[in-house]
Amino acid sequence: MRSNQIAVVGAAETTELGVIPNASQLQLHADAALNAIADAGLKLSDIDGFATAVETPQQVCHYLGIKPTWVDGTSVGGCSFMLHVRHAAAAIEAGLCKTVLITHAESGKSMIGKQPRSTPADSLNGQFEAPYGVYGPPSMFPIPVLRFMKTYGITHEQLASVAVVQREWAAKNPRAMMKDPITVADVLNSRMIAYPFRLLQCCLVTDGGGALILTSADRARDFPRKPVYIMGTGESVETPMVSQMETFNSSRAFKTAGPLAFKEAGIAHGDVDHLMIYDAFAHLPLFGLGDLGFMPYEETGQFIADGNTRPGAKLPLNTNGGGLSYMHSGMYGMYALQESVRQMRGIAPAQVPNAKISVCHGVGGMFAASGTIVFTNER
Amino acid sequence: MAEPQRARPKPTPETQHFWDGTKAGELRLQRCDACAHVYFPPRPFCPSCASRKVSIFKASGKGFLYSYVINHRPAAPGFTPPYAIAVVELDEGPRMMSNIIDCPQTPEALELDMKLEVAFQALDDNITLPVFRPAKR
Repeated sequence: MRSNQIAVVGAAETTELGVIPNASQLQLHADAALNAIADAGLKLSDIDGFATAVETPQQVCHYLGIKPTWVDGTSVGGCSFMLHVRHAAAAIEAGLCKTVLITHAESGKSMIGKQPRSTPADSLNGQFEAPYGVYGPPSMFPIPVLRFMKTYGITHEQLASVAVVQREWAAKNPRAMMKDPITVADVLNSRMIAYPFRLLQCCLVTDGGGALILTSADRARDFPRKPVYIMGTGESVETPMVSQMETFNSSRAFKTAGPLAFKEAGIAHGDVDHLMIYDAFAHLPLFGLGDLGFMPYEETGQFIADGNTRPGAKLPLNTNGGGLSYMHSGMYGMYALQESVRQMRGIAPAQVPNAKISVCHGVGGMFAASGTIVFTNER
Repeated sequence: MAEPQRARPKPTPETQHFWDGTKAGELRLQRCDACAHVYFPPRPFCPSCASRKVSIFKASGKGFLYSYVINHRPAAPGFTPPYAIAVVELDEGPRMMSNIIDCPQTPEALELDMKLEVAFQALDDNITLPVFRPAKR
């Protein structure tokens, strides 16, 4: 795919984030969509392409009254929306549609109109993982951590510092759920969830949503907001069973999606002004920094512990506070994309001065899937 | 010991031989007749070379502790926290999720790379789970 031919011209989150007891999951999709439509200065009838995950495209399109000629229901977990951006860009370039709306919403906390996740007993996960006491992401996602730590000499303190630094970013963000400063000691003394991870190393559980609108870069000039161009994209999947990853020393899906996006964008790591790495749990930024090639894995923990990703430092990372402190409805990828777009528009609460290139890297499932988008505000 | 609420596997045609094996006290893996790749979980073809000529064999039951968590909360039905959820690397190559028995469920006792051997835990008349314990050698 060619760089900078497609642009984000509308982007918005739900009116509220956090605990939203007065709206169903479907209505949260609509709230995010209507906010994005208003942001782009469009009407719903202008939308001819639609993508979403978990909820079906037919459900959300009918609820909103959209009549699409292109749909994508790719649902590979929290990075589904990175894949939607990639697929939508290809579809617009191929002439299948002109203006694509991507929605995410999840009543992750209030569980209103949300199907509970279930693992059938005759699925491979149901046969070969569920019987051993896995029960939700906190019991599964950290399973690779101890091996990763041993291989690369990563310490508990370094993994705790991920949460500390992201809280510094969250403190600058009025919409962040958790804003009070924390220390490494606070993290290491918080309640044990699944050793080696404690409460403050696990993502929040919240309600919310977000939506993006994409169109061709040539049309993007006519929209009210500063266009944010799609410079490069990548995607992959590995396995739905964390126990069956090729290795716990890296993520194959990360190592496929990330470099694809960098290559397509034609950028080097030193060109990256702003970085989002989906942080459902505290180890993900370390995997991301290594798998995307920013540095050797051995250096990732110390890099964050030394403050290199804090406000004002050389590699601003997870500048909304991340899934650990901003919000995490269950499929956080959309919120990472929203923050990249805000940074490229120059309107983020914790704005990185003069940021021109933003890399947004997502995970789906427990390292099951990955999507990476490189954004730029220059064409 | 019966743990009535613990998640119970339901075999499919492709995995029945594995569960027949554990019931008989064997850990069964599959090997590709064409390229010799040993793999898990079960399927009637080789995920490395796509050959449908594969054989079932009894694995040694030996391996080592590749990684784990000690789950505190939320606990799965049928489990009393804290309990370790482990990934074992078998001597034949494949890895599988399991539990570690006859071992304190602590970071001190659960050392990465410790040698393990398979044991079998009957959940009911049909399903026996392979679990692992520290090797006696």
